[in-house]
Amino acid sequence: MNSLAKPRMWERFFWPVFAAAALLALWHYSVRWTGTKVFPSPLSVEKGIVQLFHKHLLWADIGDSLRRVALGFGAAVIVAVPLGLFLGWSPTTNQVVNPVLQILRPISPIAWIPVAIIFFGVGDHPAIFLVFLASFFPIVVACVSGVSSVPPNLRSAGRNFGLSAPRLLMRVIFPAALPQILVGLRIALGIAWLVVVAAEMIAVDSGLGYLVIDSRNSGKRYDLVVAAMLMIGIIGLALDISIRSIERFKSVRWGFRNAS
Amino acid sequence: MSLAEVITKSSGDGQKLKLEHLHMVYGQGAESVPVLEDVNLEVSDGEFVCIVGPSGCGKSTLLNVMAGFLPATGGTVTIDGEVVSGPDSRRILVFQERGVFPWLTVEGNIGFGLAKLSREERRQRIAHYVQAVRLQGFEHAYPSDLSGGMKQRLQVARALAVNPDILYLDEPFGALDFVTRVIMRGELHRIWQTERRTILFVTHDIDEAVQLADRVVVLSSRPARIQDILTIDIHHPRNISSPRYLELRDELLKQIGLAYEI
Repeated sequence: MNSLAKPRMWERFFWPVFAAAALLALWHYSVRWTGTKVFPSPLSVEKGIVQLFHKHLLWADIGDSLRRVALGFGAAVIVAVPLGLFLGWSPTTNQVVNPVLQILRPISPIAWIPVAIIFFGVGDHPAIFLVFLASFFPIVVACVSGVSSVPPNLRSAGRNFGLSAPRLLMRVIFPAALPQILVGLRIALGIAWLVVVAAEMIAVDSGLGYLVIDSRNSGKRYDLVVAAMLMIGIIGLALDISIRSIERFKSVRWGFRNAS
Repeated sequence: MSLAEVITKSSGDGQKLKLEHLHMVYGQGAESVPVLEDVNLEVSDGEFVCIVGPSGCGKSTLLNVMAGFLPATGGTVTIDGEVVSGPDSRRILVFQERGVFPWLTVEGNIGFGLAKLSREERRQRIAHYVQAVRLQGFEHAYPSDLSGGMKQRLQVARALAVNPDILYLDEPFGALDFVTRVIMRGELHRIWQTERRTILFVTHDIDEAVQLADRVVVLSSRPARIQDILTIDIHHPRNISSPRYLELRDELLKQIGLAYEI
């Protein structure tokens, strides 16, 4: 099959399903042939998921993780988007603030865990704070670069129609930078989901991250560990798909080359 | 409308735009580059003036200074007796490409400068200019769905919608293919005859200049000075194989230093 040929309808569904089935089979037989007692087979993971749902534990944990991401990510959007727009708009301020941002940015949010616990103790707040930190920098960076790459013609056109500075920002700069900002939001949400799991392993006693670590600690239930991991993967995918759906709106579609 | 009528109308309405001893220097000190040198020009109301010159001579700089985007380092630009000090919606610059807002529909683009109008007035104004540039049926289309020529017509419509006194066009058809360019030339001429605005039109294309302009301003190579001003004394519609047309065309080619034969 060459990469330029358009795959037929059944092929587009068949091959991914086939690949997933092959992976499951490989997993299943690897567990059987090696005779491991620790690592669970796909079937016992499936039983684990059913068991978790029956005890209503899974829903509560999923809800807790999603709530922390929503709060931390939401706060980051509210703070980082206006800040990023302002920094992109004012290169002089950006020159002052940028070195600090660039030093803070490469610090893994995981490294902030001890600091978060000092600030907020144990509970929801440090986890939300870590999600906020993780989302904050990618959003600021995307906004700054989005604003500074607005074509000069569009700025000039906006000024030509007599727009004041705040109106120019609202009516020209922001919509022109929006596709890049959305890319930043998508990256940030992905990182937020990675970080909430890590944070929940240490700072709190609920959520999918806690479920992973708790299943291991209380009786080495690796079937539940892998079940929780699968749920993390599925929900992460769902989050990504839902934020990508924004890219299809007509007023931003022009900025995404592959979407038509 | 014949040229004779245009001239009487123009002279009746008096002078619109005046450039006096315009100088422009980029940079400072030893690295300074003079771009415009003592440019003097008067344009009357409703006149169509084309500006030609070797590439890189400062045509676009001149347009940007006249539109108020760049402050001149010397001299003044006066419109209706008022000195130009910044961009203003009474004079709109149309870019060669990427000038329309890609996140707005055709209607949204044309209505961009009409925020102060009532909803009904705005609707009428948009409908009028959609018609004027023949984009009927594309009111709700986004620029990414339009061809290059349609995008340029949209830019002209957006400019005209705010009722400007002057349109500055910076090689507006320069990025279009030959056939589209010739069609757009006709469209622009038709719009100019019905809408009656003063137009300053920068172009590389000698034929474009001779077909459209009342007068053609020839700029020298950098630093740009006004080398000559040719009055195109042919009635519209212009016959592009008439002796006078060819004579003016040859004169312009000679002015910008191109030989008759290649």
